Amino acid sequence: MPIEILMPALSPTMTEGNLAKWLKKEGDEVHSGDVLAEIETDKATMEFEAVDDGRVGKILVPEGAQGVKVNQPIALLLGEDEDASALESFTPKAPEAASAPAKRIDDEPAPAAPPSVVRGNGRIFASPLARRMAQQAGLDLGAITGSGPQGRIVKVDIEAALSAARAAPARPPATPRAQPAAPIPSPALSKERILALAGNPPYTERPLTAMRRVIARRLTESKQTVPHFYLSVDCEIDELLKFRVELNAKSEAYRISVNDFVIRAAALALRQVPAANASWSEDAILLWESVDIAVAVALEDGLITPVVRNADRKGLAAIANETRDLAARARAGKLKLEEFQGGTFSISNLGMFGVRDFAAVINPPHGGILAVGAGEQRPVVRNGALSIATVMSCTLACDHRVVDGAVGAQFLAAFKKLVEDPLTMLL
Amino acid sequence: MPETSFDLIVVGGGPGGYVAAIRAAQLGLKTAVVEREHLGGICLNWGCIPTKALLRSSEIHHLLHRLDDFGFSAKDIRYDAGKLVARSRAVANQLSNGVAYLLRKHKIAVFDGHGRLAGNGRIAVAKDGNAVAELTAGHIVLATGARARSLPWLEPDGERIWTYKEAMVPPAIPKSLLVVGSGAIGIEFASFYHDMGAEVTVVEVLDRVLPVEDGEISAFARQSFEKQGIKIHTGANVTALERGNETLTARIQMQGDTLEAKVERVILAVGIVGNVEDIGLENTEIAVDKTHIVVDEWLRTGEPGVYAIGDLVGPPWLAHKASHEGVICVERIAGINDVHPLDRRNIPACTYSRPQVASVGLTEKGAREAGYEVRIGHFPFIGNGKAIALGEPEGMVKTVFDAKTGELLGAHMIGAEVTELIQGYTIAKTLETTETELIRSIFPHPTLSETMHEAVLDAYGRAIHF
Repeated sequence: MPIEILMPALSPTMTEGNLAKWLKKEGDEVHSGDVLAEIETDKATMEFEAVDDGRVGKILVPEGAQGVKVNQPIALLLGEDEDASALESFTPKAPEAASAPAKRIDDEPAPAAPPSVVRGNGRIFASPLARRMAQQAGLDLGAITGSGPQGRIVKVDIEAALSAARAAPARPPATPRAQPAAPIPSPALSKERILALAGNPPYTERPLTAMRRVIARRLTESKQTVPHFYLSVDCEIDELLKFRVELNAKSEAYRISVNDFVIRAAALALRQVPAANASWSEDAILLWESVDIAVAVALEDGLITPVVRNADRKGLAAIANETRDLAARARAGKLKLEEFQGGTFSISNLGMFGVRDFAAVINPPHGGILAVGAGEQRPVVRNGALSIATVMSCTLACDHRVVDGAVGAQFLAAFKKLVEDPLTMLL
Repeated sequence: MPETSFDLIVVGGGPGGYVAAIRAAQLGLKTAVVEREHLGGICLNWGCIPTKALLRSSEIHHLLHRLDDFGFSAKDIRYDAGKLVARSRAVANQLSNGVAYLLRKHKIAVFDGHGRLAGNGRIAVAKDGNAVAELTAGHIVLATGARARSLPWLEPDGERIWTYKEAMVPPAIPKSLLVVGSGAIGIEFASFYHDMGAEVTVVEVLDRVLPVEDGEISAFARQSFEKQGIKIHTGANVTALERGNETLTARIQMQGDTLEAKVERVILAVGIVGNVEDIGLENTEIAVDKTHIVVDEWLRTGEPGVYAIGDLVGPPWLAHKASHEGVICVERIAGINDVHPLDRRNIPACTYSRPQVASVGLTEKGAREAGYEVRIGHFPFIGNGKAIALGEPEGMVKTVFDAKTGELLGAHMIGAEVTELIQGYTIAKTLETTETELIRSIFPHPTLSETMHEAVLDAYGRAIHF
């Protein structure tokens, strides 16, 4: 019997994807490990590898198809001794796991956990420990993505699902009565409704990419459920600029940008004020032991946040090379999953676009995001006299459930001190 | 002219380095190894392997002195220390040549000399202080290993104050011996020399021998060694060593007590330090913490394109951990998708003393400290038919389970051949089995491995034979 090749879940947040490109055509031989197709997922284009050997019998979902549900059959694979006649008698199953909603914990919105790697016969591969933990917690294994060998569901996947379920926004805390509690980020108006309201003006339509949907969902969720507050500080960066020129003149092996200084300073400041390197969960505030900084990178049709891990333990040159590499691969859509997932804090820098200051939306479950403006010459008052300095305004958005005003202020003070006295960043 | 440009260069040909190189070659990377001394490194030449050869001799010596138990008698049993050592060296050489063959088979270039980072993906190779080659590669894996740590007042002299290296090639078995340090290395030498007839004293600064093992295993081991006649002082320090003509007099300080031990030889086994010197770490972003290179979960150092594995990067100081890190590091470099960081709870550790000690995962104390509610199982060798038939009834297996999920958190064993048995538990842990699968697994009768089954059963109140 032909083997069904199912739309894979290539990331934990993926429920559907676009079939960007077929790399095998009907009749091609396939070996386990061959790249079958390129799938456009939430945030990147990823390669989809074959798990079985055989020959492509029939392609069910054409190249360029949008919104293909995870676990929907996309092709049929013939075994070694099967010929095309085997295809005729074969009716693909309707996608079951994909359409079944992920099991909810209580009535709260569970994170949209995608189904795991299910092979042709519907068997879910999970370790005995993972099975037991899922059973104890009432989790549906079919809704969990495995990270173990060959996509097997292992203990850490259950732990991740549990902590995601806990971290997922609960009912909005103590909302005023007048405002009805909205349990789920409310969906936008339909296209027809908007056109009717606007009086049908001419327009062109841009289809929603998977990435655009994720940006919309996550940031709506963040703004609606995370109590943001904002703190701003002005940093004088003349010393830093001078120091940067000196450092960059020393070697060709790196080119340190102002933002690399910002990343290092933020990482060191988080180390000094660990309470700001934290996430909210329903059970406890989680104080992260490592400082992993997610850096927003603008793409043609969205943005992505590759993560500089252990940024507090890396030197400026290492950070510079790493961010350059990550940004280049981010723009090429070639980041690996683990390179843009996680992180403990984010930085968004719009200085290069001449923005003076702005406030950013927190990227949950991070406890804060630092929005960095352009360094520009401004009049400053020193000892009662007017002078000129290059000033960079930074605004910290904090999740008030985790970071109170005083903690945020301490972080900014530490950050400012490092930025204004850049030699201390080398300590 | 030999080729000097590679995809990957490994500096150091020990169990971390040569395994990394072979894996890299399997994955199609053009690979070179730079080794300054012997292929196979310490493990194969001056560590794991030659000591096992020596311990085989001391085991035979021990058996020959209890022949009566098995119905034999023999007179005039003698040994020749020179032959014993020669056998151990021959074993090491055979394996070192084996590594050379394996590298050749995988078309890996081997450079004889000392490698150091020379910036921008270059490695400078020098032999006896003279530059012999300059190599380049996109990826450089440092695997330079570690060496014995010494104490300022107890510097090894190669004559009477030994490190593992001299202890492995004794000209004769000393009458009396002081072993400083009771980790795996110290205890193995203590056991070897005691079984060969030396009077052995062990000094350990912590409060128990084999301090990384589970507390009950440490206590069992101590009792067993003391019953054999090894003197053990814990919570003790050697504070001074007086070098007389014939004997060395060590002052051993313990809580509220000082005593002197007169011995012919001293073995220093107080840990190791990483070989971080003279490998070109200056002017790089590579961070060093207490003589070990700082790496992330994928073995990457702070310097792009430079990686470090094995003893050079941190505990546990075990050959199999180094090899595994080498494979992870290289597979990651080669862009293999299904690579997973090393899970430190699944690294087995073995001590080849008599009795042997082996463990994997959390100790009972470690599990409790990590916040687990635990279920503990025990099973003594005296309840095992094969152990009694072998004349090895001394031993114990202990299991530590998470009471909530049934996860096997740790397993701890002492007794005959437990170093060969621990792998059963390691596989169980790696596959994330719970007690259910272990209880359902059929263990062959009669084997020592049945003690492993019983120790699981005991954690759930179901042990059959005790």
